[in-house]
Amino acid sequence: MVDFKKVLLGHGSGGRLSRELVEQVFLKSFSNPALAPLEDAAEVTLGGARLAFTTDSYVVTPVEFPGADIGRVAVCGTVNDLAVKGARPAALSAGFILEEGFPADVLKRITASMKRAADEAGVSIVTGDTKVVEKGHADGIFINTSGIGLIPKGRRLTSSVVRHGDVIIVSGNLADHGVAVMNARSKLGLEGGIKSDAAPLNRMIEGALRHCGVRAMRDITRGGLATVLNEVAGACGLTAEVEEDLVPVSPAARNACALLGLDPMYVANEGKIALFAAPEAAGKVLKALRADKYGRNAVVVGRMVREKKPQVRLKTSIGGARIMLMLEGEQLPRIC
Amino acid sequence: MKTATPAERFSSPLWRDRALAASALSEIERLADVAAAKTGGQVNFMEVCGTHTMAIAASGMRRLFPKTLRMLSGPGCPVCVTSQGDIDRVLALAAVPGAIITTFGDMLKVKGSKGLDLNSMRERGADVRVVYSPLDAVALAAAEPARQVIFIGVGFETTAPVIGGAVARAKKAGLKNFSSTAFFKLVPPALELLLSDPENRIHGFMLPGHVSAIIGLEPYRFVAEKYRVPCVVTGFEPLDILAGIDMLLKQVVAGKPSVEDEYFRAVRAGGNPAARKLMEEVFSVCAASWRAIGTVDATGLEFSKAYAAFDAVKRFRIPYSDAPEPKGCLCGKILLGKALPPDCPLFGKTCTPSSAVGPCMVSSEGACAAWFKYGD
Repeated sequence: MVDFKKVLLGHGSGGRLSRELVEQVFLKSFSNPALAPLEDAAEVTLGGARLAFTTDSYVVTPVEFPGADIGRVAVCGTVNDLAVKGARPAALSAGFILEEGFPADVLKRITASMKRAADEAGVSIVTGDTKVVEKGHADGIFINTSGIGLIPKGRRLTSSVVRHGDVIIVSGNLADHGVAVMNARSKLGLEGGIKSDAAPLNRMIEGALRHCGVRAMRDITRGGLATVLNEVAGACGLTAEVEEDLVPVSPAARNACALLGLDPMYVANEGKIALFAAPEAAGKVLKALRADKYGRNAVVVGRMVREKKPQVRLKTSIGGARIMLMLEGEQLPRIC
Repeated sequence: MKTATPAERFSSPLWRDRALAASALSEIERLADVAAAKTGGQVNFMEVCGTHTMAIAASGMRRLFPKTLRMLSGPGCPVCVTSQGDIDRVLALAAVPGAIITTFGDMLKVKGSKGLDLNSMRERGADVRVVYSPLDAVALAAAEPARQVIFIGVGFETTAPVIGGAVARAKKAGLKNFSSTAFFKLVPPALELLLSDPENRIHGFMLPGHVSAIIGLEPYRFVAEKYRVPCVVTGFEPLDILAGIDMLLKQVVAGKPSVEDEYFRAVRAGGNPAARKLMEEVFSVCAASWRAIGTVDATGLEFSKAYAAFDAVKRFRIPYSDAPEPKGCLCGKILLGKALPPDCPLFGKTCTPSSAVGPCMVSSEGACAAWFKYGD
C-alpha cells in the first residue's frame, strides 16, 4: 500500500486508489461494524427495523449530457445503492453546493429532472440543503443525495455470502454512461447516439428478488464491472470468471472505447448492476430482470469459482485468458 | 442488405471470432516449428507499436502461442521512447508562470529525473489540461488570448501530422499564444537502429497499423531488402494480429522477406499523401533523443523554419537536458526487445502502474503496464 501526501484525482476514480483512501483515512477514523463491509449501502437496525442507509456526492462536467443530467444521476445513484442491498427506497435528501453565477434555468431543469427520476423510483426528496460559494470555488453545481430504505424481513444480500458455482449476471449494456459524458465533455462528436444509462433500478431489482437464490448485487458505477468484481472476489474469497463474449457492450460504445483507448470493463455506468445468484435460480432471475425495461439486455456473463487465490479472470473472445485488476487511477485517453 | 458503417467494418465481431482464432493458432503452431528450425530454435517477432502490445495482452493470446514463438515489444510507445531529458523539458514548460499545458492523458504520470510528473506539477499549481485533440488546445488559445497555451507534442508519424495540422491552423489564425513541443520520432529509422545492432535477434517485424496509414509501405522496404527481415503491417483486432504473425511466419519459412500489408482495410501502399505533405511543411527531420538509446541523427522531427515560432522549447528558452534514466529500470532494454518486463527486477515490486519507475509501466501502451495489468 502506498502512503500518500496529498489527495490525487485518482483517489476519486472509484478504483484501487479510492479504496486505499477509504481504508487508510475514513475507515481508520470512523471504524464501526456497519461501515466495515464497504458496500453500496450500510445496514442499520432501528427499533427492530433493518434500514439501508447511503450517501453519494455528484460532480460531473458537463451537468447535462445525452440521456441524463447530474440531477437524474444523483437520484438514481442513491436509489440504486439502496436497492442493491435489497432495500425498498423510502426517502432521499438532496444537498446542493452552487457556484455563484450558476444559471437559474439550468438549475430548474436539473431539479425537474430529479423530481421525474424520484417519481419513477417512487421515492420523495424530503429534506435538503443549499450552499452558495464564490465564483471559482466550485464547478457550477455539486449535489449530494442520501437515502434510506427498509430491508424486508429475511433478505440478506452481501458479497461475502456468494458461493462457488454462483452465476454472475449483468443487467444490461456497459459503458454507455461514461462514454456519453466523455463525448459531451470533450465535444468529441462520436456517432452512434450513445446516451447515459442513468435509471432507477429499484423496480427491476424488486422483480428479481421475488425469486430465491439471489446472494448479492452491486451497483456498477465508477471503476466499472472489473472493479466491482474485484471487490466481490475479495469479499467472498472466490475467483470471478467472466466470458468476454458474453459481456454486453453496444457496438457504438465498443467503438468509442476503442477510439479513446478505454476498456469498457472499467467505464462508469449509472443504471447497471452485477447480480450474483445460485445457478439453479439464474433462469428465473434473468427472466425477471428482462421483464423490466432497464434489464432487457440482462445476461449471464460468468461464474464464481473456488481457487487458491481469488482473482478476476477474463476468458477472451479468441479463447485466451487474462486477469482483470481493479481500476488503478483515472482512465486516461491515450496518445495514439 | 444494410451496409455496414466504417466503424462496424473495422471492428466486426468476426475479428474476435473464436473458431477462426483457433484455426489461425493451429496454423501458427505448425508454421512456428518449421520457422524455428531455420532460426535456431526460437522465432522472435517484434510488435513495434504499443497498441499491438496492449492488444496482444488484452486478448490473452500470449499463452496460446507455441513455445517456439516469442513476441517482443518494440520502441513504439510514444511516452516510453521519450528521453528523460525531454520529460524534464516538459516539466520545465509546466512551470512557466501563467501557462496552460495541454496534453494527451498518457503524459500525465511520466516522471522526470527529479521524481516529478505533470500530475504533481498540477498539484503544485500548474494548469495542466488533458485534451483529446491538439485542435482543442488551439481553440483554447483562441479563447484565452492572455495566456500561453502549450501543447505537449510527442509520438510518431501518427500524431505528428495531427499536431502539425493544429499548428498550421494556429499560424493561419495568427495566434501568438499557442506553441507546441516537437519531440517526434520516426519509425523507419528506429527499425534501422534495432537492425544495425550486432546483438539483434529479431526475425520479423509486426509493423504499426496507424503509422503505416500515414507513411505507407515504401519506407520499410530496406528492412526486407537490406536486412532480409520480414515485415507485415498489421491491424489491432485479435485476428489481425494472428494473421500478421501467420504472414510473418510464412515469410520466414519461405526465406523470402518482403513488406506485406495485413491491415489493407486502413493502410494503402502509398499511405496518406495529404498528411505527409502537412508533416513536411510544418516539420523537418532532425536528431532525436531516445530513451535508452541516446541522441541519433535523422530519427526525429522538429519544427521547420517556417513554423519555428511555434516551438515551445524555443519560445520559453527551455534548456537541453540529458538527465540519466532511473537506476535499475530496464525500460531501455525492453524497448529494444532485449528483455521482457518480468526480467526487470523492479517489475511488479517497486514499479507498478500507481507508482511507476519507468515509462513502460506508466503509459497505457507500455509493455510493462500491459504485462502487469493483464497478468501476461
